[in-house]
Amino acid sequence: MDSNCAVTGNSGPRIRSDCRLSLCLKNEGGITFDLKSKVETLYGESIRNLCSEMLGCFGIANAHLEIDDSGALPFVIMARLEAAVKKLTGIRIDFLPDFPEEYKYSTLRDRFRFSRLYLPGNNPSLMINAGLHSADGIILDLEDSVAPVRKDEARLLVRNALRQLDFRGAERMVRINQGERGMDDLDALIPQNVNLVLIPKCENPENVREVAERIRNILAESGLTNPVYLMPIIESALGVELAFDIARADESVVAMAVGLEDLTADMGVRRTREGNETLYARNRIVNAAKAAGIQPIDSVFPDVADMEGLRNNVAVSKALGFEGMGCIHPRQIAVIRQGFAPETDEIEKSKKIVIAYEDALSKGLGVVALGSKMIDPPVVTRALRTIDLAVKLGILEPGWRDESPAEA
Amino acid sequence: MSIPTVINAAGRAVMTELNGKPAIPFRGVGKYRPSGNRYGPPIPSCTDFPPDGNKVVTTLEEALLRCGIRDGMTISTHHHLRDGDLISNRIFEIASVMGVRDLVWFPSASFPCNEPVIKYLEDGTINRIEGSMNGPLGRFVSEGRMKGTAVLRSHGGRVQAIQDGEVKIDIAVLVAPSSDSFGNARGTGGNSACGVLGYAKADAMYADKVIVVTDNLVDIPCLPMEIEGNYVDYVVVVDKIGIPEKIVSGTTQITKSPDRLLIAELTAAFLEKSGILKDNVRMQAGAGGTSLAIGVFIHEILRKKGWKSKFGFGGSTRYMVEMLEQGQMEYILDAQVFDLESVESVTRNPKHVSYPVFNAYNYHSKGNLTSMMDIMILGATEVDLNFNGNVVTHSDGYLLHGIGGWQNCLHARNVIIPLPLFRDRIPVIVDEVTTLCGPGELIDVVITERGIAINPLRKDLIESVRNSGLPLTTIEKLKEEAERICGKPSKPVFDEKIVAAIKWVDGTIIDTVRKIKK
Repeated sequence: MDSNCAVTGNSGPRIRSDCRLSLCLKNEGGITFDLKSKVETLYGESIRNLCSEMLGCFGIANAHLEIDDSGALPFVIMARLEAAVKKLTGIRIDFLPDFPEEYKYSTLRDRFRFSRLYLPGNNPSLMINAGLHSADGIILDLEDSVAPVRKDEARLLVRNALRQLDFRGAERMVRINQGERGMDDLDALIPQNVNLVLIPKCENPENVREVAERIRNILAESGLTNPVYLMPIIESALGVELAFDIARADESVVAMAVGLEDLTADMGVRRTREGNETLYARNRIVNAAKAAGIQPIDSVFPDVADMEGLRNNVAVSKALGFEGMGCIHPRQIAVIRQGFAPETDEIEKSKKIVIAYEDALSKGLGVVALGSKMIDPPVVTRALRTIDLAVKLGILEPGWRDESPAEA
Repeated sequence: MSIPTVINAAGRAVMTELNGKPAIPFRGVGKYRPSGNRYGPPIPSCTDFPPDGNKVVTTLEEALLRCGIRDGMTISTHHHLRDGDLISNRIFEIASVMGVRDLVWFPSASFPCNEPVIKYLEDGTINRIEGSMNGPLGRFVSEGRMKGTAVLRSHGGRVQAIQDGEVKIDIAVLVAPSSDSFGNARGTGGNSACGVLGYAKADAMYADKVIVVTDNLVDIPCLPMEIEGNYVDYVVVVDKIGIPEKIVSGTTQITKSPDRLLIAELTAAFLEKSGILKDNVRMQAGAGGTSLAIGVFIHEILRKKGWKSKFGFGGSTRYMVEMLEQGQMEYILDAQVFDLESVESVTRNPKHVSYPVFNAYNYHSKGNLTSMMDIMILGATEVDLNFNGNVVTHSDGYLLHGIGGWQNCLHARNVIIPLPLFRDRIPVIVDEVTTLCGPGELIDVVITERGIAINPLRKDLIESVRNSGLPLTTIEKLKEEAERICGKPSKPVFDEKIVAAIKWVDGTIIDTVRKIKK
């Protein structure tokens, strides 16, 4: 490959919503294009304008740009071109797409984290509609799902995705790489209102503190005050043994996950459906998390076609004390949500308490009573949360109060 | 030479003359009144046919010659063999060798397998196609390379045009998976089974001459007689009329795309919560992956509630057959069959019957089936702010699809169009459709993965789901969101030249398609 040329992105018969872009720097001739696009009629002009504007910002006056476009959205084209320019010039300027205010939301430390959907960090087509599937969290992954040579371009794609995609209230998560590369990931992504960072292959509290420290520095430098939570992933025997220390390593840790694929590899055992080989590890992680006051989160279920297997897996997971698990396909989300959702009798009881509470409020009473029984404030809080959750999960109609109370 | 145009009732500039004959601009839904009598073909006499009933001739060439094939004739075919059809192209290959010119091809639909026809459009054998334009044919027409002006009609509009004498078929060449020597023919049996032959019925009744082409000659009588031998002039027996695996899918599959499944789920939820889905419901949905998924979700709801559908109108698929067999659907009325399971079902299940398009879709008849349907699930390439729909061109202006039964189905009680807000980067909800195929007053609900927009004309539907918790929005908001994500699209640039006319179900012209400017 010519050292004046750089190639980024993807094309091919199965690739959608992406582009393969090849940028060659020249000494003369201005900016020339060779654009092959399935949306040439609708957006050919706008693609050429966008690229010209970007090259101008990067101070490039002469170059040939070849784009093979399968309908990439502007933020994708921008990431691909910026990655190519950076490969060739090492320039430090960023070309950032708009960042609507409504995407800059924060999340709560103790929010539900039943389902978190993994998205490979260099695959735009899976990202675009990810926010529609009602996952509690969406993880843009820079670690295992991205090939080593694609790490830099994926980071820019994820950065742009965080600024441009509507995740509809899902917790905005990223899984960073290990080591120094992970620190670079943080530099690029923390200013994009990341709600939670997953730390892969976490083996000791130092890993956590290093990440937390770096995040605090980035936030301070950028003048940002939003909370950024941490979720270390335990994926080794050593990590399991140090789980409690990891869970307490920093106040920003809100959850701790287990990664069974790597853990079984580290232990030299085969991962089975029953999972007896990791029972100790899972018990230990649940216990450590509960002792530290954070949420224990289970590993992903790898067979996306086996919904029955997933359902059983969730039941076991919930019984062990886990409070959520990862998903690798949107269709898994509903099954996981149902599995972790409050049960019918719990909802019925909560409905009564909430009605009594609202009744007391409207009458200006300071004390909530159900029949002759007084209800303590934490019980009301839990009931409100259960109802809120049941509505959010779609198992209770938002207008449940209007339905006949059917009370004796 | 540019043809004079006028603005029709839908605000579109359309011609008043089409391929040398006067044409009527669209006047509004239900506004145009036909007059006169139906067309009738010449009266034949049985003395001209062999008394033993054997109408077999040796080759298709001979049959075409005996039918008196000559310049300017209209040749019709049906599309039940879909992308596996081996005969349509062959007709024009023969005509080309004979030196016949300026034929009109009048298929009930065309498929990618018909690409070779381009050769005969180029060499002058064919003047124009009146039928659907798929893939390469659409491109050819959009580039202004066809001599005559293409005419696109719905399946019902095609029957209407035949019956009203707007199109006079000189020779109908009807492939049949089984036929006897008298020309009684059916869609089952042999190696090229397609299930039913509903689309061929009008051609058989109204054409001057009828040729049945089969690769499975059976003894008299061929039962059931979907085509009756009394209408048939000649029977040709060939080795192979079609490629079986391209006639029906081995098996149809619901979509695996999580986004499409989400749309399907939303659609089923809308039908349930609005009360449209009820016991004894009459329903129709296509065979695309999303439609099939909707069918599966509807099946689940019917089962849960202990309800059944009174009948479903096919294109049947194995998913519909499952409803029939598991008791959630009482009858399947079928115009075409999409997979092997359905071929099997229509062959042996008395509650799964062939019901020709002739009776289902024709607007100029004494009532038709589509207006009796409760649920109609349709697709579209574009829907605009007035709920107008386009199914024939893409946003880049190229003709790519036929109308199919789409326009006819718009007369159902509840027309629901589930579609993605954008495809890759192509917005589907737009300011104004590139080509108008269906007026917005007939389209009730648009369901996308990013929300449901109900036509403001349907106040009853808006009321029915007011507190349903469904993600309700407006068509304007959907359009804005599509443009926010994709960017504001440029419009294709067209030449003056009109390359195709889009007919409405009553034979009037609702819109035109112009040549793409290069």
